[in-house]
Amino acid sequence: MSSKKNGKVVSYNKWGYIFLAPFVIVYLVFQLIPLISTIWNSFFENYRSGLTQIGPRFIGLENYITLFKNGDLLTYAKNTMIMWVLGFVPQIIVSLVLGAWFSDTRLKLKCSSFFKTVIYLPNLIMASAFAMLFFTLFANTGPINSILVQTGILKEAYSFLDHTGSARFLVAFMNFLMWFGNTTILLMAGMMGIDPSLFEAAEVDGATSTQVFFKITLPLLRPILVYVLITSLIGGLQMFDVPQILTNGTGDPMRSTMTLIMYLNKHLYSKNYGMAGALSVILFIITAILSFIVFRISTRKD
Amino acid sequence: MDNSNLDKGLGIHARRVIAYIVLIVLTFLCLFWFYVLFVNATRSHSDLSKGFSPMFGTNLVTNWKNLMAGTLPVVRGMLNSFIIAGASAILCTYFSSMTAYAIHAYDFKCKNAIFTFILMVMTIPTQVTALGFVQLMGKMKLMDSFVPLIVPAIAAPVTFFYMKQYMESALPLAIVEAARIDGSGEFRTFNTIVVPMMKPAIAVQAIFTFVSSWNNYFTPALILTTDTKKTLPILIAQLRSADWLKFDMGQVYMMIAFSIFPVIIVYLILSRSIVQGVALGGVKG
Repeated sequence: MSSKKNGKVVSYNKWGYIFLAPFVIVYLVFQLIPLISTIWNSFFENYRSGLTQIGPRFIGLENYITLFKNGDLLTYAKNTMIMWVLGFVPQIIVSLVLGAWFSDTRLKLKCSSFFKTVIYLPNLIMASAFAMLFFTLFANTGPINSILVQTGILKEAYSFLDHTGSARFLVAFMNFLMWFGNTTILLMAGMMGIDPSLFEAAEVDGATSTQVFFKITLPLLRPILVYVLITSLIGGLQMFDVPQILTNGTGDPMRSTMTLIMYLNKHLYSKNYGMAGALSVILFIITAILSFIVFRISTRKD
Repeated sequence: MDNSNLDKGLGIHARRVIAYIVLIVLTFLCLFWFYVLFVNATRSHSDLSKGFSPMFGTNLVTNWKNLMAGTLPVVRGMLNSFIIAGASAILCTYFSSMTAYAIHAYDFKCKNAIFTFILMVMTIPTQVTALGFVQLMGKMKLMDSFVPLIVPAIAAPVTFFYMKQYMESALPLAIVEAARIDGSGEFRTFNTIVVPMMKPAIAVQAIFTFVSSWNNYFTPALILTTDTKKTLPILIAQLRSADWLKFDMGQVYMMIAFSIFPVIIVYLILSRSIVQGVALGGVKG
């Protein structure tokens, strides 16, 4: 194309820059400059103590040192990871099984589009409203306790949000409910993409469906599984709405459901910009590493 | 018929039963909460404090009236959410198509570098730039305005990527060439030929952008401070932080239902294309 009418093509191609301009300008102003100034902020002491403003004063890496020294960062990172794993493990297992069932031509499940519609539904629900709903449902005087007591499973109401285990479980459970439908659809799409002749050959050879699943489906699905794992991990690091609303931002009991982004949010509200900056940079580096892995996977496929 | 074949037949039967049982359990797990929400939104406060009952109450209209007359500006909140999410969806899909078109249809110097850059920043969460974002919005006198919640939607790497993939499969460059020969300007070609051809992708992405903006809590909570400008998720957070024990619980449930059910209704109407859209987004290349 370019060799045919050289002069014309060049004049067309300047339109590439024009069409690209809105993206570049908006990205620069609303993402890149904020990112750079966030990094810049992380090297300054800058917070409010009562009514007096401390700083901004350049202190190098001191914010980072404080962040690691006082231990909160590691506690919250651990909380975030525990709740992510608690939600992700059942999510990936259920999604794999459902994906295999939905894409299995021998099984011929009826109403599969109804089931797909239902399991994807929680993903679209406003996370904050969903958390508020769970807060009211699992409150001491709420319907879940009332059902458990009425049916005799519990003798008296259990305060789900006052115990570390149950509070973390609720957060993980909500994350599971909100994301397993999405993962199922992604994995199913991947399974549909597998060459059907492989399954037919396995069937002719008399393989059971368990064998087919572990010997054919799972190995061929590996790139998508890694993609799902890492994007879910990046999403898990951003866990905020659900625990924030469920615990009213306190991360109780004993800050055991406090996530990294809740911690960041706290610093942003108290205007401790130095610490907020350092925390943002750490989160940025972790996601950048994870993103790089995703990037490598998705470009290797092309 | 030999024995192993019979076993296999039974196996399929048994597996089908297990599959249905699991699916029904999961369906229950997904829908139960919304059923309870709906039932409780129809019951009065005194009724609710007596314990759970699966039967519908008669207080739906009263709860609705109480919510409307209450202190939280919920109707205003829904309107604000709607304006922000709607505008974001329009800007995001239109400009993402435009960006994708720039990369897809033209050949220029730093094209590959920009494409690689967009792919690399695709998964960087907005939260890590929130500090600089809030400070910059303060300097630009844009705090407490909708602009910082709408305009950034123009630069959406994920939507861009989806549009780019879609163009590769559905927008042959010969059509663009033909339009050029007919004397159509580049901008007109984009608006009158490319955008209409992108309609299916635009529809799917418009829904996703709308929903994620509608549900967004983190950024709006940092930007919006005036009560009449707040969006629904912020109002939910306010409801949570209020001394809720003193609240009329019927009204609380009504408020949650008020923010959840519009999305459910829209979803039920559009579910087919949404589920397909998710699947398409996953299988790349």
